[in-house]
Amino acid sequence: MTIDVLVIGGGNAALCAALMAAEAGARVTLLEAAPRAWRGGNSSHTRNLRCMHDAPQDVLVEAYPEEEFWQDLLKVTGGQTNEALARLTIRASSNCRDWMRRHGVHFQPPLSGALHVARTNAFFMGGGKALVNAYYRSAERLGVQIRYESPVDRLEIDQGRFVAAWSQGERIEASTCVLAAGGFESNLTWMREAWGQNERGEWPADNFLIRGTRYNQGTLLRHMLDDHGADRIGDPTQAHMVAIDARAPLYDGGICTRIDCVSLGVVVNQQGKRFYDEGEDFWPKRYAIWGRLVAMQPGQTGYSIIDAKSVGRFMPPVFPGVKAQSMDELAVAIGIDPATLVSTIQNFNTACRVGTFDHTSLDDCHTEGLTPAKTHWARPIDTPPYYAYAVRPGITFTYLGLKTDETAAVRFQNVPSDNLFVAGEMMAGNVLGQGYTAGVGMSIGTAFGRIAGTQAARHALARTGATA
Amino acid sequence: MNSLHALTQQARDLANGQPVMSESEAEVARQMQICNACRYCEGFCAVFPAMTRRLEFGRADVHFLANLCHNCGACLHACQYAPPHEFMLNVPQAMARVRGQTYADYAWPPALGRLYQHNGLTVGLAVLLSCAVFLWLAAASNQAMWGSAAPGSFYDVFPHGTMVLMFAPVFAWVVLALGLGVRRFWREVTPVTSGQPVSPPAMAEATHDVLRLKYLDGGHGEGCHDADDATTQVRRRCHHLTFYGFMLCLAATSVATLYHYAWGWVAPYDLPSLPKVLGVIGGVSLMAGTAGLWRLHHQRHPLHGDAAQRPMDLAFIGLLFVTAATGLALWLARGTPWLTLLLCLHLGAVMALMLTMPYGKFAHGVFRTAALLRHAVEKRQPSAVGWGSD
Repeated sequence: MTIDVLVIGGGNAALCAALMAAEAGARVTLLEAAPRAWRGGNSSHTRNLRCMHDAPQDVLVEAYPEEEFWQDLLKVTGGQTNEALARLTIRASSNCRDWMRRHGVHFQPPLSGALHVARTNAFFMGGGKALVNAYYRSAERLGVQIRYESPVDRLEIDQGRFVAAWSQGERIEASTCVLAAGGFESNLTWMREAWGQNERGEWPADNFLIRGTRYNQGTLLRHMLDDHGADRIGDPTQAHMVAIDARAPLYDGGICTRIDCVSLGVVVNQQGKRFYDEGEDFWPKRYAIWGRLVAMQPGQTGYSIIDAKSVGRFMPPVFPGVKAQSMDELAVAIGIDPATLVSTIQNFNTACRVGTFDHTSLDDCHTEGLTPAKTHWARPIDTPPYYAYAVRPGITFTYLGLKTDETAAVRFQNVPSDNLFVAGEMMAGNVLGQGYTAGVGMSIGTAFGRIAGTQAARHALARTGATA
Repeated sequence: MNSLHALTQQARDLANGQPVMSESEAEVARQMQICNACRYCEGFCAVFPAMTRRLEFGRADVHFLANLCHNCGACLHACQYAPPHEFMLNVPQAMARVRGQTYADYAWPPALGRLYQHNGLTVGLAVLLSCAVFLWLAAASNQAMWGSAAPGSFYDVFPHGTMVLMFAPVFAWVVLALGLGVRRFWREVTPVTSGQPVSPPAMAEATHDVLRLKYLDGGHGEGCHDADDATTQVRRRCHHLTFYGFMLCLAATSVATLYHYAWGWVAPYDLPSLPKVLGVIGGVSLMAGTAGLWRLHHQRHPLHGDAAQRPMDLAFIGLLFVTAATGLALWLARGTPWLTLLLCLHLGAVMALMLTMPYGKFAHGVFRTAALLRHAVEKRQPSAVGWGSD
């Protein structure tokens, strides 16, 4: 069978591309590297989509206008973003949900404990795996050929034009192709190489955990960059990276391994010292920087320490914390020098200026004369039992990718290919040079997946029409 | 690590004088701990919103949540931690195992809870014995099982008084046994579900949820899962046919009782009398519903539910079908020589159904209603967990 559009990848962006192409009347084949049980890549771990909206919409309250979304993105990326592509993503996020619903995605009100994003993010009922399941069902209904366990290791490209893909020795020809095979975060060797060795002689990436799929090996990404010289975007050490429970599994720990008590207590490193303002801002606005902060610490490990006052004030962690009746005992239990930890906590406690504690606002509880300061929610850690949660950097996805434009085309020497497109994590770096804001990965994947699918189908069908 | 966690929990329970959790209860507690840190499934049903009101899952919480679960399968198919993930989450299955255990544990008298262990056999024997008793009674009263002279009415075979004498005490027993069983359950779960008394709005909501089978709608209204990740309304509709069919049959009997005692109108009734209309519609609906549920049960995804409970489920579905089928056959066979035999079979089926109601799948309706009612009460109270405001 002749293939009009070959989609490489099996997550949200790939599925959006396949669905749009199939809806446009193209014959579509989708190659997913993972077996069926693990299909969907990191999309299976997601929970929402950041959406622009000018008025309340079903599950979304109030308004989240384009400008505000753009400013949020500008802030978190520190300007490392392409404004045209960012705005394109933002606008697309305002009108994609009816289409998503038509393909079986359901939305639900914000989860308890996630009310802070009720205005900005639309939650998928059942989470990303339910979305992925719905898309696969819809794709099957539309006649998309789905092949699992079909990783692609190389492409034949002739003067910027896609010719064929090779999967496990099989050559697959198609008129057009969409690359949506994810970042390289699951490739531990590449991560090690990208992060290199630090001044302490450590290889920081050796202590990273991968929050998502084990199938994002970046094979195709590296092939495109190194062998075909595709235009690149982003820095290989930039990623969506958060501090997660050190006991999380190496892969697929997903959402439940996050530790949400950082802003309620203090975080110390293996030497028992604090290293950053835990109360700088609301946790949902800060969690994405703590992965990098912890990555800079010895052993890439931090310990979030709270006392009994904080229990029940944050989302319950999946693993129980290390619990002790005294700080001394806690230090021994987590393997930190007790004298240092006790003194760190004492200094912190003494520096606390407690006003009116309110975890729902940037309150007036802060420290004075302490470096680093804790600017909000600073309360002495003095009520046993004490709890410690060891945290390590958890990588969600990497930002190194292929440079693209409004048509989602892959570019070679700044010339867009007319039949090779890219979507999802493989190009998210165009919008996200650094930093993260909740749900924007799915906004980018959906916007560019749909564009790539539409473009690919249009080019394929125009070609078929021309040759027929 | 999990086994260590379970052991620590057991030691703690022993020290606190709490009953030690069974393996299946500890498994629900383990899974809830993971779910509570994820919460993606909150929109599907009542279980997850109830879960978020808790930080720890004791035995009573586990019993409550297990009976709140409708085994719709949505959270399994949506779960990022379902097998082959190492967390091995299968909430519907873990809940089903505990649910089965609670039916046995709360059975009254407790000794008869053992009847749940080989429930297919229990139901089978009940049918066999009940039919044998009626056949023997018929034979003993010199009724020809197959005679040229057809009996004019089933009261010619078994006098009205005999039937009342046999069924009234059994009916009273069913009400007593189920009532005492669910009372014990209610007393155990009330303290962990706010302890507040039932309010009229809570009662109204629970009634609505039971009668509409709200939690088989998937939260989005498109139904629940059977063979795979597709949602359908089939199970919900078949259950409605079964439940309302059963209620119509019950109504038919109640109206007939009223006719008999209040107006002295003696059975058999024929169309278009009210008992007959109710009975025929109810019987047909019950047959269609149970036939559908039987078929769906065989198509269910292998990871759904607890395979050990299949005999219990199928025995109950089968017995309901046979009861309805023999009832309708009895009506169709009026005035024929088949009447006596069919009457014995129908009365045997009805008797077996009643005898096994407190010791079989029927109990699920009672315990789930109680759990839904406690949930409706609890959700109206402020959450004891403080993060909700963050």
